[in-house]
Amino acid sequence: MKANPKAVLTGTHFIDGDQACCEGALAAGADFAAGYPITPSTEIVERFASRIPTVGGVFLQMEDELASSIAILGATWGGAKAFTVTSGPGFSLMMEHIGYAAMTETPCVFVDVQRGGPSTGLPTLPGQGDMMQARWGSHGDYEIIALCPNSPQECFDLMIDAFNLAEQYRTPVMFMMDECVGHMTEKVIIPPAGEIEILPRRYTALPPEQYRPFRPCSEGIPEMVKAGEGYRIHVTGLTHDEQGYPAMDWQTQQKLVGRLVEKIRRNASKIVRYEERHTKDAEVIVVAYGITSRIGLRAIAMAREEGIRAGLHRPIVVWPFPDDRIRKLAGKVQGFVVVEMNYGQMFYEVERCAAGARTLLVPHGGGTVHEPKEILAAIREAVR
Amino acid sequence: MREAATPCQPINPVEPFLRTERMPHIWCPGCGIGTTVNCFARALVESKISPDKVAVVSGIGCTGRVAGYLHLDSFHTTHGRAIPFATGLKLADPSLTVVVYSGDGDLIAIGGNHFIHAARRNVDIKVICVNNFIYGMTGGQVGPTTPIGALATTAPYGCFERPFNLPFLAESSGAVYVARWTAYHVRFIAHSMMEAFNKTGFCFIEIIAPCPTLYQRRNHLGDGLDTMKYYKQKSVIKNGANTKDVELDFQGEIIVGKFVDIERPALKQTIDRQLQQALGSRYSGVGGP
Amino acid sequence: MTDAPPMPTSSRKPRGRIYIDWSRCKGCGFCIEFCPPKVLAFAASYNDHGYHPPRLIREDNCTGCDLCGLYCPDFAIFGVREPIAAQPEKEGASES
Repeated sequence: MKANPKAVLTGTHFIDGDQACCEGALAAGADFAAGYPITPSTEIVERFASRIPTVGGVFLQMEDELASSIAILGATWGGAKAFTVTSGPGFSLMMEHIGYAAMTETPCVFVDVQRGGPSTGLPTLPGQGDMMQARWGSHGDYEIIALCPNSPQECFDLMIDAFNLAEQYRTPVMFMMDECVGHMTEKVIIPPAGEIEILPRRYTALPPEQYRPFRPCSEGIPEMVKAGEGYRIHVTGLTHDEQGYPAMDWQTQQKLVGRLVEKIRRNASKIVRYEERHTKDAEVIVVAYGITSRIGLRAIAMAREEGIRAGLHRPIVVWPFPDDRIRKLAGKVQGFVVVEMNYGQMFYEVERCAAGARTLLVPHGGGTVHEPKEILAAIREAVR
Repeated sequence: MREAATPCQPINPVEPFLRTERMPHIWCPGCGIGTTVNCFARALVESKISPDKVAVVSGIGCTGRVAGYLHLDSFHTTHGRAIPFATGLKLADPSLTVVVYSGDGDLIAIGGNHFIHAARRNVDIKVICVNNFIYGMTGGQVGPTTPIGALATTAPYGCFERPFNLPFLAESSGAVYVARWTAYHVRFIAHSMMEAFNKTGFCFIEIIAPCPTLYQRRNHLGDGLDTMKYYKQKSVIKNGANTKDVELDFQGEIIVGKFVDIERPALKQTIDRQLQQALGSRYSGVGGP
Repeated sequence: MTDAPPMPTSSRKPRGRIYIDWSRCKGCGFCIEFCPPKVLAFAASYNDHGYHPPRLIREDNCTGCDLCGLYCPDFAIFGVREPIAAQPEKEGASES
C-alpha cells in the first residue's frame, strides 16, 4: 500500500539525519512513539511530538527507556505502528524489551543514534560502539535485523525499509545511526506519498477459533492480530506454544526459538543489502558502514590515485551480516580493511567470513571520525 | 470450546473467563489470587463491558500469572513493566478497557517508577495489586510492602525497611480511585472492580491476600484459612479514610474501604484538550480505531 | 462432579444448589468457613491429589448465595439460587 499523504512531507529539504529519520517514520505510517530524552537522538522525537498531532497519532515522553521500549510494544498490540529512539545508555536499558519484542514477535523499530561510549561516554560526539550490542544485547537466542544509514537521505529512506522489514518478519528492527549522520545537514528528497511503498501489517483473515498468534504461515512467520477484536490472544515472554500459552519444556524451546532464529536466517539473502564501489577489480576492499563509509570512500579514491585497486563494501543491512558476499569477495582480494568507530566489532564478522584472507582493523575510540590517511595507511598495508 | 449453560448444568460464573484448558492453575492451596479472579469475573459481568474489549496486562510473579489464565486478550509482560505496556496499549486503542493485574513486588518495587508516573498522568487503566507482602514466585523474598519484623528469605532476621502505604502512594501520585480490601472482602472487591471498570482514569485497588506457602508459613501465621480469619477479625471498613492513616504493620489492624473516588481528566483527555487548544482544527487526535 | 449424599435436617426445600468440581479442589477450607448458613463440611473421602473437598451437609439451608464460589481460589465450587417458582409455597417468605 502507499504512504498516507497527510504524513509525508513531500519536497526537497535541507535537514539533518535526526529530522529525516522522523520524517521517514511518519512516511512509513508510524502513529505512536514513546521515548526518553537522550543526546543525540532527542531531536527525532522532538520533531515527532510536533508533527504527529496534525498527522494523527501520539508521542508520549515516558519516565525512562524501560517504559519507552515497552510502551511501543503495548501500542503495537493495540494496532499502532510504533518506534522509539535512544542512544547508547538508553539502548542498554532497552535490551530486555528488545528481547521481549523478539520473543513475542512484535513488529516495531528501535532507533539508536550511537555516541561515544561506554557508559555516559561522549553524549554529543559520534561512535559506532553499539553494533554488536544491536545483535547480541539481549539475553538468550534471537536473530535481529539492523540497518545502518550513512546520510540524512538514507535516514529517511531506510526508516521506511526498517518498518517494512519489521512487518514482514514480525520482528523488532534496529536502526543504527551515529551522531554524525544524525546531526549532519544535507539535501533530503521526500517523494510524493504515492511513490512510497508501505508493507501493511499482516493481519490474519482467519476467525478467532482458527487463528494462532504464534503459528507460522509462510516463511516461518505468523500472522498478526490486535487486541479488542475478539481473538482473546495471550502473549507472554515465557517460552510458549503456538497459542501463546507458556510451555516450558525443552521441546517447545527448540521449536519456538529455533523458528525465531530461522525466520531471519533462512531469509537472510532477501534481507541483506549493501552498497559497493569499485569492487569489480579491487585487490583490497574497505568494509565500512555509517559515517565511516564516507571517509572510506575518500580513502579508496586516494588509494586509487596511488595505483592501488581499492574498493568499498558498505553493509546497509548490518544484521544479518552479508556473509555470502564477504566470502565471495574474499576469494578475489588480497585483503580487507575494516574501518569502524570502535575497537573492533564488525571486524570480527568480516574476519570470520574472510576465511583466512588478510583482514586489518582501523579502529577508533569515537568522538570524531577517522582521517582518510589512517585508512589509506591500512590499505597500503593490506596489499604489501 | 466454551461450555454452554443448560437448565440442568449451570456454569460457574468465572468459567467463561477462564482458559479452562490451562486449569488447574499453579497457585498454592489457600492462595488468595484465585479468589480475586472470581471477583474480577463477576465485576466484568456486572459492568456489562464486552469481554472482547477488555485487555489484561500483567507482570511477573504469582499474580502476574493471572493474565495467562484469563480468556481475554491478555499480555504477560516483563517484570515491573505492565503499566507502561498498558499505557501504550490504551493510547493506541482508547476503546479498550485495560486492566493491569499484578503483585506488590512487580508493581511497586521494580515497577514503582511506572506506577507513580501513570498515576500522575492519570492513564485510564485499572490497576489491581494483589499484595501478599512477599515475592512469592521466587521463593519468599522481602518486598516493598513487607511489614517491619516479618521474616523473608532475604530478610532472615526480620524486615527492617519501612513498607509503602500503597493507598497513600497511589493517591499522592494522582490516582482518581483508590480502594483497599482483603481477600476476605469478596463482594466489596467485586464492587470496587466494577466501579473502576466504569470509571475513567487511573484506578488502584489493593487486595491483601495470603501467601500461605511463604509469607504465612515463614512467619508462623497458619495457612490461608487462618489468614482469611485474621483479615475478617482485624479489618475495619473506613470508607473515605485519609490514606495517610491506613498504613499496615505486622499482623495489626487493616483499614479497608474505598478511600478515593474523584474526577480528573484522564491522559487521553488532557492530551486532546491541550493539543486542541494549541492546534484547533489542525489537531488530528491520538489515532486508534 | 460428585457430592456425598446430603443429610436433610428439616422439611424445608433448599433455595440454592451448589456444584463442586471434585478434582479442582485443594482443600483450603474457605467455602466451608465463609458459608453463611454453614451448609458445608470437609468430605471424609479425598480427591486424586489427596485433598478433602467440601460436601453439602445441610442441603435445606443452602441459599444459593454463591459466596462459596466467590471465595474459592481454585474455581472448584459455585452456588446457584433456585428460581422462586421452583420453591414450595409453604416456605412463605419472599426472596430478599
